[in-house]
Amino acid sequence: MTDRNDPGAFDPGRDPSPAPVGGVPAPQSEPLLSVQGLEKHFPITKGVLRRTVGAVRAVDGIDFEVYKGETLGLVGESGCGKSTTGRLLTRLLEPTNGKIIFEGRDISHLGQGKLRPMRRDMQMIFQDPFSSLNPRHTVGTIVGAPLRIQGVKTEHGIKRAVQDLLKLVGLNPEHYNRYPHEFSGGQRQRIGIARTLALRPKMIVADEPVSALDVSIQAQVVNLLDDLQTDFGLTYVFIAHDLSVVRHISNRVAVMYLGKVVEIADRDTLYVSPRHPYTVALLSAVPVPDPRRRDRAQRERVLLTGDVPSPIDPPSGCRFRTRCWKAQEICATEEPPLVPRLDDPVSHQTACHFPVVEGEAVAGRKPAGANA
Amino acid sequence: MTQSVTQPFLEVKDLKVHFNTDDGVVRSVDGLTFGLERGRTLGIVGESGSGKSVTSLGIMGIYNKRNADVTGEIWLDGQELVNASPESVRKLRGNKLAMIFQDPLSAMHPYYSVGKQIIEAYQVHHNVSNQVARKHAVDMLGRVGIPQPERRVDDYPHQFSGGMRQRAMIAMALVNDPQLLIADEPTTALDVTVQAQILDLMHTLQEEFNSALIVITHDLGVVAELADDVLVMYGGRCVEFGSATTIFDRPEHPYTWGLLGSMPRMDRPNLERLVPIPGLPPSLINLPTGCHFHPRCAYEPRTGGLGSTVTPELTRAGGTNHLVRCHLPTEERQRIWAQEVKPKLEAS
Amino acid sequence: MITYVIRRLLAAVVLLFVISAATFAIFYLIPRLAGSSPETLATRYVGRAATPETVNLIAHRLGFYDPVWLQYGRWIKGVLVGAEYDYGAGVEHCPAPCFGYSFITRQPVWPDLLERLPVTLSLALGAAVLWLFFGLTTGVISALRRGSMLDRAAMGVSLAGVSLPIFFTGMIALTIFSYRLQWTAPGGTYTPFTENPAAWFYALLLPWLVLALQFSAQYARLTRAGMLETMGEDYIRTARAKGLRERDVTVKHGLRAALTPILTIFGLDFGLLLGGAVITESVFSLPGLGKYAVDAITTNDLPKVLGVTLMAAFFVVVANLVVDLLYAVVDPRVRLG
Repeated sequence: MTDRNDPGAFDPGRDPSPAPVGGVPAPQSEPLLSVQGLEKHFPITKGVLRRTVGAVRAVDGIDFEVYKGETLGLVGESGCGKSTTGRLLTRLLEPTNGKIIFEGRDISHLGQGKLRPMRRDMQMIFQDPFSSLNPRHTVGTIVGAPLRIQGVKTEHGIKRAVQDLLKLVGLNPEHYNRYPHEFSGGQRQRIGIARTLALRPKMIVADEPVSALDVSIQAQVVNLLDDLQTDFGLTYVFIAHDLSVVRHISNRVAVMYLGKVVEIADRDTLYVSPRHPYTVALLSAVPVPDPRRRDRAQRERVLLTGDVPSPIDPPSGCRFRTRCWKAQEICATEEPPLVPRLDDPVSHQTACHFPVVEGEAVAGRKPAGANA
Repeated sequence: MTQSVTQPFLEVKDLKVHFNTDDGVVRSVDGLTFGLERGRTLGIVGESGSGKSVTSLGIMGIYNKRNADVTGEIWLDGQELVNASPESVRKLRGNKLAMIFQDPLSAMHPYYSVGKQIIEAYQVHHNVSNQVARKHAVDMLGRVGIPQPERRVDDYPHQFSGGMRQRAMIAMALVNDPQLLIADEPTTALDVTVQAQILDLMHTLQEEFNSALIVITHDLGVVAELADDVLVMYGGRCVEFGSATTIFDRPEHPYTWGLLGSMPRMDRPNLERLVPIPGLPPSLINLPTGCHFHPRCAYEPRTGGLGSTVTPELTRAGGTNHLVRCHLPTEERQRIWAQEVKPKLEAS
Repeated sequence: MITYVIRRLLAAVVLLFVISAATFAIFYLIPRLAGSSPETLATRYVGRAATPETVNLIAHRLGFYDPVWLQYGRWIKGVLVGAEYDYGAGVEHCPAPCFGYSFITRQPVWPDLLERLPVTLSLALGAAVLWLFFGLTTGVISALRRGSMLDRAAMGVSLAGVSLPIFFTGMIALTIFSYRLQWTAPGGTYTPFTENPAAWFYALLLPWLVLALQFSAQYARLTRAGMLETMGEDYIRTARAKGLRERDVTVKHGLRAALTPILTIFGLDFGLLLGGAVITESVFSLPGLGKYAVDAITTNDLPKVLGVTLMAAFFVVVANLVVDLLYAVVDPRVRLG
């Protein structure tokens, strides 16, 4: 059991008046991470000789940038490709096409050997605290492994470094020799975070880091991630499906649908004035924890009908058109590029021919053009 | 065994479900009392280990009789269930009271088609031919919004998408027109747009069937959407009960405050930091003495030592039909909420 | 599905070739490594009294002077299209599949195999029925009554069943039941089913029980483990929530799901058994493929060895394929190819 139950009483060296979480960091010229035309297709084979007959287009051409010190939230529903994107960013997968540029270097097709030193700078936190820790290793082994693998020289030895890390994430350093099954879900996630921090990375890709946790534990871990970002100047790519959590922690948010980014904007802009119909539907679908607004919320909710199309054979043109109430002919023939629309600044880009305007009446419960 | 004079459709009285394990007695449900009328929805809110799922299994009568110790009373439409014979309860299960579960992929048998499983649910309680049962199955699939039901009735669970699968499971539960439906985390495994569809569906069907609905969840948003009344569970007990508006507007239990503070909210300006509940949920074998919540309660010192020694009872609180299990007096709680907790939750 | 089957069949054919070539190579190489020459090999088949000319003649006729690949090629040709044998007094036509002539008995091998197959088949089938019945029921009951005395006793007995080798249990069983008590037939008294069903049954009863003991122990443990796993699954809880009788929950939902891996293992076990239950047949002196294989190896009779090996391999390969196909039939989530 952790003895640090107040994440507020955190670590020495913390600025007593921290910068606001939602604050956007100072503009920079060079992004820390840049993704251009990124694609990942998983081939499907059939027949006696295993001919490739098609591919699951998990990620089908995305572009975005991540700047130092910020948190980019990546949201979408199942099958949108956000988890695959996360794995591509950390090169757990190799892209089929496109580029990943980290700190100015193209890492898209680097071999494992060349990648290894880069892995110090980008790390990943995984979703499932139960399966992402090896049950046969002690916590000390797990958190110390990155240090050993990378041959890092520590001041007082690896054990001491590991214990410092455990303290950093709010765990008792004396639990160095315990096994994962002796910890709760939230504590295991903290162990995962400690492991991620061991090499003092510059960027962390967090793939649904709090989805599997209870609400009160989620809040503890979210606060921890906030604090660590402030203390260590970390950059996060935060992948999640929970829109409320993403709003809390992100500076900018990108919305994905069926392998493409459909909208990207500053956090407040996206949540207050979304442009893409899918974003509108997504935001309206989140249940509001206020019973008095129940009727109004239900009336205003955009209910998308039908299912997400298959990523093997996505719709032509704009992928969202099969469920979009604003779809017209051009949407089937021309794929809308991800560019600023209407009067939006460069930071707000939408991939839609008919973006939603403020005050526009959104079609209610039965969107036109939907399949039955 | 006493019945209340005007008994609600479902009445649970001092329900206790204890499991005997090698490590000790697990007091999953430790004295739960509530009532529910037809046509109304009760939301049971709690985190893992609060006992909410075991409550539903207890009401349904699905527990391992060999190591579970169930006491108390469960009255359904005038019939008592805890002390009834297992066979008579079995006849009600899936018939008068039905349940849907969290993960429809694992909750349905992978080897049988969806239609076959719905037909099975129907034929257990109705002695009819396969054709007649199949007609009911197709009809039900259509009513829950599955397109082309006569074709999809022969598909297997893994051939449905997540949302359609959950609809199929709802169809399976409703095929016998149950009067009480228990939904255990029905939308947790679903995408948010699909969740919205399912919540909408459940709302519509409840009105159509006039059934009593219990929704068990940890998601306060879902509760706010569906529930008329809310029961907050912690450590196997009810710590707060009231109407949904009361619970969200004027909650009076520190745990409820903690839950509300832990949630990032999209309908409010962004908080700098979330306000989580410190510590971890209790072990159900070694529950804390006195008030189960006291080790994590910031206001425990104000109870003058009662919090750690004496179990508080459920007492009346500010709203109508509002019950709270806490040692602090009502006025004090209301003051703390209004002056200390609420401003923190709304600050920007 | 069809493409999958075709691909598997092609692979199976390749495999059979490889197995036959490997067997051939082993039996060719080993005596030569031990220092034999074509003459010493021929001597073994001809007897000590033979003259050097006879030995030479036999050695040539049996092809011992030819290189190994030629001998193998000749044999393969025989299997596929038949062969002609010139043994001096005349020419005999050996129709396909021709596995050659035994070096010892000079009889064609293939008819031998066909004659022995029903014995092994009878043994395997009867034992299978018994072990499935006992193994599965014991496993299910043990799982449902997990931790009880019944469960512990059943698992204890099954541990013994698995650990005791067949030559031990077989010998003991023969001694007690056949010779002391005279309840069952003594060894070596096989009667084909077509001749006398009662006698057939009587002769096989004890071998069935002994073989089944070992397998049912294994299957009881497997079923128990499988049931424990499936009975903890979510769909069991749903089945109960629908109001199903507990009996239906256990069988229609629990056992049905637990059977799939057991089915796979059964297919493989049965396939292996068809290649000859070597020890059981030896202990009980049953004229099946297993005993045939033992005799062939101990007398260094290459054609017989090749024949029985290939037949056994064939059964195993087919069993593998059938089991994989059945898996797709039983579990709708499995997509082949």
